[in-house]
Amino acid sequence: MSIRFNKRTSCEPSLRLKTSDVSTNEATPSTPLDYKEGLGQVLLRPNPPRSSLCKRARKQHDRFRRIGAWALVIAITTPLLAPSVATAQVAVRGKTVYTMAGDAIKDGVVVIRDGKIAAVGPASGVVIPDGFTVLSAEVVTPGLIDAHATVGLTGIFNQDHDQDQIEHSAPIQPELRAIDAYNAHEELIKWIRSYGVTTVHAAHAPGEIISGQTLIAKTRGNTIDDAVIVPTAAIAATLSPSATKKERGKSPGTRGKLIAMIRSELIKAQEYLAKREKPKSESTNDDAKDDKKPARNLRLEALGRVLKRELPLMVAANHVQDIANVLRVADEFHIRIWLDSAAESYLMLDEIKAAGIPVIVHPPMMRAFRELKNMSMETASRLIAAGIPVAMQSGFESYVPKTRVVLFEAAIAAANGLTFEQALGTITIEPAKLLGIADRVGSLEVGKDGDLALYDGDPFEYTSHCIGVIIEGEVVSNTPR
Amino acid sequence: MQRFPSTILWMLVLMPTACSAQERHYAFVGARLIPISGDEIAEGVLVVRDGKITAVGATSDVSIPAGALRVEMNGKVIMPGLVDTHTHIGGFGGADSSAPIQPDVRIYDSLNVLSPGFRRAVAGGLTTLNIMPGSGHLLSGQTVYVKMRKGGKTIDDWFYLDADGHPMGGMKMANGTNSQRKKPFPGTRGKSAALVRERYIKAQEYRDKIKRADGDPEKMPARDLGLEALVEVLDGKRIVHHHTHRHDDIMTVIRLSKEFGFRVVLHHVSEGWKVADEIARAGVPCSVIVIDSPGGKLEAVNMSLKTGGILERAGVKVAFHTDDWITDSRLFLRTAALAVRAGMSRAGALNALTLAGAEMLDLSDKVGSLDVGKDADFIVLSGDPLSVYAKVLETWVEGVKVFDRTDATDYLHAVGGYGAGDDLTPYLCCIEQSEDN
Repeated sequence: MSIRFNKRTSCEPSLRLKTSDVSTNEATPSTPLDYKEGLGQVLLRPNPPRSSLCKRARKQHDRFRRIGAWALVIAITTPLLAPSVATAQVAVRGKTVYTMAGDAIKDGVVVIRDGKIAAVGPASGVVIPDGFTVLSAEVVTPGLIDAHATVGLTGIFNQDHDQDQIEHSAPIQPELRAIDAYNAHEELIKWIRSYGVTTVHAAHAPGEIISGQTLIAKTRGNTIDDAVIVPTAAIAATLSPSATKKERGKSPGTRGKLIAMIRSELIKAQEYLAKREKPKSESTNDDAKDDKKPARNLRLEALGRVLKRELPLMVAANHVQDIANVLRVADEFHIRIWLDSAAESYLMLDEIKAAGIPVIVHPPMMRAFRELKNMSMETASRLIAAGIPVAMQSGFESYVPKTRVVLFEAAIAAANGLTFEQALGTITIEPAKLLGIADRVGSLEVGKDGDLALYDGDPFEYTSHCIGVIIEGEVVSNTPR
Repeated sequence: MQRFPSTILWMLVLMPTACSAQERHYAFVGARLIPISGDEIAEGVLVVRDGKITAVGATSDVSIPAGALRVEMNGKVIMPGLVDTHTHIGGFGGADSSAPIQPDVRIYDSLNVLSPGFRRAVAGGLTTLNIMPGSGHLLSGQTVYVKMRKGGKTIDDWFYLDADGHPMGGMKMANGTNSQRKKPFPGTRGKSAALVRERYIKAQEYRDKIKRADGDPEKMPARDLGLEALVEVLDGKRIVHHHTHRHDDIMTVIRLSKEFGFRVVLHHVSEGWKVADEIARAGVPCSVIVIDSPGGKLEAVNMSLKTGGILERAGVKVAFHTDDWITDSRLFLRTAALAVRAGMSRAGALNALTLAGAEMLDLSDKVGSLDVGKDADFIVLSGDPLSVYAKVLETWVEGVKVFDRTDATDYLHAVGGYGAGDDLTPYLCCIEQSEDN
């Protein structure tokens, strides 16, 4: 992708993207001009002749105004050579900048140098260096974090070939890695990114006792290797009826069997660890026999990392008895837990708090049926009021819509008991802390990644637009959404 | 002790009459009124008597009738009850898996008015619903238009009745991929259209036989429930509500409706933005769904939040629907707000939640706007209807409050919580039907 600026054109912005960068599904069909304008795609045409540039830019500006977007872009200062975006130096001005590290800044500026935040503060106190591209918005927030998405594993088409969010061949398979399935080109990733999501914890959908290793990625990149920031973040698990089997003779068929199975597997992993890590003894034949290390076992190795507390177990559970089971297993094996979904967690506030477990709460707009039948739009606010760390997730959708958008979900939480900043916290700094990536993302602080989302109003209002998304200094989305 | 019960007895006898006269005559004063049929009124009065609207206007223009109970509504917003042109709450029903076309089946023979889905609907401000069978058939049965009256015990209590006293409703049809399945269902789009044409031709012949009989019972054809219902479609008494997503499927619906002259509303229209001018030229109204992301099935991959606005600008009449469980009835206002976010006009979006929907159900003489003579179906909001922070505080149907956010049970259904949800697996379009049947 490239953004070029040319001082010599008389009108100000001439921001061009190559068609190869045009990625939303809306942009691809070949359709009449009026449609393209209707979808605000004028921007995205390839290399228009110079003569039409101003007209086009004006048109684009009119379009933005028409839909009420605050013009993204643009006082462009100087550079004679067009900087490529990867190395572009960017500054963002916001009427309100929510840093999520202290109070919001009125008329604030964030300076991003070489992909990292170099300065944050009020416009009066921060100098924007010469040559920096300057973007403006009503509201600026840290790039949003989705604490449990299946996008990347789950594709837009919902056909067998693009659904890698859960493997049903066996109930316990911690050896399965999200990194081996994640599609960095997935349209749904671009969809959520266009609303401000810059980081996802890509994890499996609930449905088997242990379904695999999760990852954390930025919502950009040509391959997962470009996108990934934590290759293995957690082991995903489900301790609830959605992991049980309906077919007679298949296990687990009940909650009791399910818990017996995970305990057995964790005990096996304890024994495996003990044998693999036992120091060699010098001595008798018998001892030497004992010293024989078991062959590498990917499954037990992965569970071993949970037992050693290197990785948390992210456990989906919704009913109150299932949440109780999670706490019991956590206590028995002394493992780290991220509680996932937790629809009835408002009945277990004291217990969850006492166990020191954070919650990746169900989306407030989830459908209230089966395990989630007792979910509430107020679950997040009740957990936060009890002092329990909460991060928001888009979760898994098996049908339509194929993904949720955490911005929209946090908005519902904001309208149902959370303050604005608490709700924004559930999609920025709180997931960053929970996921262990707060040194890089989640707030606007010097030294952190230059990941920002720009809005033309209250980001939670239905009728506001996300007008720009920046990842490590790169403008990855600028179509008002 | 002896006299006390008799006092209570007298109170019980006297109070309902005294109260109901009073209860049915109200003046709601001071709210911002959004009548839909006219400009918004910054500070207005809405007078309601015996279930009908008797006056609407600015506080300066409307005098409050003597005998009306004055209700202060300062700072609140009142707009018509929302009309959902397409929902699946109340239980599953409609056609079974025996055949792709089943016009004899009525959805109202399978609805449970005690379902929590209806409690959530009034919590979302919905007062009129078109309850439909699913989209897993070319024609899955007769839909029913209902109104969420207080204290409904059976679905009969909620019917809209036509001039002949029959429950009003439409006919649900679908094309595209949902209705393509194993035999006896069609396997292609071409076959789908052929099966539909074949059946409508039969209905034409059936209608002609009845005409020729001219009342002579000897010459009348044997009664056929399915063909009878299709004759109602051909006669324009029953509107076809047609699930359709892809642009070419949309054009197929228009083609068939022209061939047989049936009235149709296009539902979902995920790719309606591609053929907006063609839809406008055909003069066919659209009921649009707004969802949080595209995809989930091939037909919806090109879904755009801009569809509502694009259709509106092309001159198409636009309504919205929840398709509950696809979207939640409690979030129906959000549908309009997201459409505005993507370019639709505010007035158009609010119209699409109310009056446009009423028109698509032939109910606009009764509901859909705050106009004198219409049913007193309205909602009271804490703020602007397009704001995420606005709450539905009260829902009124025919001058009776059916939802009150301050009531504990109503609140539970408005926000969710223990006991608020369904044990039922939601009706997600064609998935359950095609796999379980």
